[in-house]
Amino acid sequence: MRQNHRRFRLDVWGWTTITILLLYGLFLLYPLGLLLKMAFSDGMHFTLSHFVRFFSRPYYSITLINSFKVSFMAALLSVLVGVTLGYFMSMYQIAGSRILRMCIVMATMSAPFVGAYAWIMLLGRSGVITRFLSGLFGITMPNIYGFNGILLVFTTQLFPLVFLYVQGAMSKMDASLLEAAENMGCTGVKRFFTVVLPLIAPTVLAGALLVFVRAVSDFGTPMLIGEGYRTFTVILYNEFVGEVSQNKGFASAISILAILITMVVYFSQNLAASKSAVSMNVMRRIEKKKLRGLSAFLVHLLIYAVVFISILPQLYVVYTSFLKTSGQIYVKGYSMQSYANMFSRLGRSIQNTLIIPALSLLVVVLLAVLIAYVAVRRRNALSGAVDMISMIPYVIPGTVVGIAMISAFNRKPLVLTGGMLIMVVALVVRRLPYTIRSSVAILQQIPLYVEEAALSLGSSKLKAFFEITLPMMAPGVFAGAILSWVTLISELSTAILLYTGRTQTLTVAIYTQIIRGNYGIASAMATVLTVMTFISLLLFNRISKDGDITL
Amino acid sequence: MSKITIKEAKKQYGDVTVIEGLNLEIRDGELFTLLGPSGCGKTTLLRMIAGFNSIEGGDFYFNEERINDKEPSKRNIGMVFQNYAIFPHLTVEKNVAFGLKNRKLPKDEIRRETARFLEMMQIEQYADRLPENLSGGQQQRVALARALVIKPDVLLMDEPLSNLDAKLRMEMRQAIRRIQREVGITTVYVTHDQEEAMSISDTIAVMNAGKIQHIGTPREIYQRPANVFVATFIGRTNVLSGRMEKGTLLLVDTARFSRTAWNGVPDGPVQVSVRPEEFVIHPLSDGAEGLPAVLKDSVYLGLNTHFYLRLSSGDAVEVIKESVLDDTLHPGDSVILTLKEEKINIFSEDGSKNYLR
Ligand SMILES: Nc1ncnc2c1ncn2[C@@H]1O[C@H](COP(=O)(O)OP(=O)(O)OP(=O)(O)O)[C@@H](O)[C@H]1O
Ligand SMILES: [Mg+2]
Repeated sequence: MRQNHRRFRLDVWGWTTITILLLYGLFLLYPLGLLLKMAFSDGMHFTLSHFVRFFSRPYYSITLINSFKVSFMAALLSVLVGVTLGYFMSMYQIAGSRILRMCIVMATMSAPFVGAYAWIMLLGRSGVITRFLSGLFGITMPNIYGFNGILLVFTTQLFPLVFLYVQGAMSKMDASLLEAAENMGCTGVKRFFTVVLPLIAPTVLAGALLVFVRAVSDFGTPMLIGEGYRTFTVILYNEFVGEVSQNKGFASAISILAILITMVVYFSQNLAASKSAVSMNVMRRIEKKKLRGLSAFLVHLLIYAVVFISILPQLYVVYTSFLKTSGQIYVKGYSMQSYANMFSRLGRSIQNTLIIPALSLLVVVLLAVLIAYVAVRRRNALSGAVDMISMIPYVIPGTVVGIAMISAFNRKPLVLTGGMLIMVVALVVRRLPYTIRSSVAILQQIPLYVEEAALSLGSSKLKAFFEITLPMMAPGVFAGAILSWVTLISELSTAILLYTGRTQTLTVAIYTQIIRGNYGIASAMATVLTVMTFISLLLFNRISKDGDITL
Repeated sequence: MSKITIKEAKKQYGDVTVIEGLNLEIRDGELFTLLGPSGCGKTTLLRMIAGFNSIEGGDFYFNEERINDKEPSKRNIGMVFQNYAIFPHLTVEKNVAFGLKNRKLPKDEIRRETARFLEMMQIEQYADRLPENLSGGQQQRVALARALVIKPDVLLMDEPLSNLDAKLRMEMRQAIRRIQREVGITTVYVTHDQEEAMSISDTIAVMNAGKIQHIGTPREIYQRPANVFVATFIGRTNVLSGRMEKGTLLLVDTARFSRTAWNGVPDGPVQVSVRPEEFVIHPLSDGAEGLPAVLKDSVYLGLNTHFYLRLSSGDAVEVIKESVLDDTLHPGDSVILTLKEEKINIFSEDGSKNYLR
């Protein structure tokens, strides 16, 4: 790649860079700055009292430790499960592997709190499994509420991220590496630890980070299943919108602390990953071996058990949506009653769940492609700044983004709260880092001289971008957009803060119904969401050549 | 139609200076070839002319207009890239028509011109294909058609024929030459292939390590190279060290050669370039005076025979002679070598200057 446009030039791309920078200034830096100011102010003066209050009362300070502990454990367990499954499914022929993959992807693509809700119905105090086991054998299940429950939900939901990363890395590993190791007498478990693991380590670390970030910023799961085990997202929400007492300065202070924690994890991961970075060149892909006898049975058993457990919540939710209800409780028999009841409660939420993510996606894709372009093709101080700023939201929990948005835009000069726009802005800011990273990777595959050929043939810079570079990026960007779409429609933690009656989304509606105890309706709604997700993923599989999922 | 003038051009990648103090003048309508070893900066210079590389110093002119800061798209250049740069998502026909569309020509003219150039490059049967289904040579011809069809003022070609087989290369070479002459496009042509450079160019510039070594016609460059680098880079040659004494050249201490044309050469040590065909081999029985040598090996190549000999100084030399029906020379034979004095070149001791230019 020739890089000699180091100086800033005020051409189309110069203006694009400046515009994007201004947008980031208004919609990210300004809200964050405000948050910072509120965290250190009692309304008039500078103060540290919010932080002092936080750290002097274990009721609050324990939440940070709780969040960190449960997210770290979730990342650890996800790595364990994800690497094991990813390795087995890359090395060996597994019966039904296509369907297994699809199930694993489905498991991670649903909203985590729906998983929490399903696990409560299954293993909770009056869960079906709990009652079944105690009725039949007198076994009491371990308590599902609290740390264990959150960890279960996070791990079953998030290990697929590590799994997909590992599969990606394994497909880039040359078969001759493994054969060379085998030649030198290094096989099986030993080979896994001495050859395979070091090679995929950076990828595994990246996956682990993603799991941590998702877990630490999740709001719905600890809210539903955490009970006494409070994470900071829960108290953040309570402090900010709480009916008991509202303390925005205090909520801001917690937000700042949350960002700091995620940042520390982010940078330590970066450091670890850069130390273990290796570049691989695949000439010949690993050929999957056939397993025989006991080992075949055990590997299949393990994989099917894990996949079944992780897809079970969604299956159960779909199942319960067809149960007959009387009031709030399920009764014997099946019916479509829940779906009928659902419609009166939906309001505009299905439309909103289509319109808000669609608008956000449009903006995300456009901005991500432009930002990737200036970051890769117009490297200068300013585009470098854009590149860096765009990654900030990666370490900011969704709840914090929501709080920052409300703080910044519920007052003059720019009032956005209550409308759809603020939800779109929040989703765009949150989703951009992911889409930018994947766009950058796509753009780096496209040689610069193709664009230069267009310029030499007399097309303007903008035309060269839209007619040549963009169409070449399109397949990759489009595949990425579908995955973004899936994450956007299942987003809860920002929407729960920003929605109003008119802008309520499906996830918010589901959450509300769960809280109210209308389980049948919640299940019906969740089923609708699952179907939407499923259709999107089918579309993705058709479009993406190798069905490779990068997140 | 443009004359290209480059004054004191300088190019840096980071801290590395790739080109410095480079001066060139390319006449309107000529085919100007840049020839030089890999990595000497040919592509870099071409891209500076095209406007894709930043310029760290010096001035570039098309005619009288300074173009340092002119957008590439406004320079009216056609460019054939070293790696083709075909648009992968457009069909062959759309690739070729791309530049014409940017010039907002009427539709039927675009169609007509596109068809004409597809045919000229012998790729009309692939018009509706996507480039990924074409061979390297076919892609190269798409790139050629795409650059030529817009009738640019300046045509820049970076090894445009490197992937073609010998026969196609000849045909394309002639097509390029014909269109270039017809339209009078000022053309800068980069190649590794000396024969191609010789056959196609009006002027050749030999480059090394970012510097122009010699600019001249193919004939001048071959016959009177500016320095030892050019002499060795263009064609084959034997470089011997010798001494000049009052217009007489001493080689291998004993052999003396003289010519009146050499009277101006200063006395002292020199380097002498003798091309293989500039030696004449005499059997000892001839009684000729010259360099004693021993034949080591010979290779019969049909038209010519190559002889490998060792001089009494120990230097190995190569001699090319038109083949004769029955060669009487055998390895181990002692012979005398004489020179075609009017053809050889005498350089300063450091090889930087040709005394006979
Ligand atoms: N983007 C770049 N960054 C740093 N150095 C570069 C860059 N592009 C080229 N160079 C260096 O500049 C020098 C000239 O490169 P250039 O591509 O112009 O050579 P060339 O004469 O075209 O060679 P070839 O005949 O192999 O195509 C080389 O040493 C090359 O390594
Ligand atoms: Mg080159």
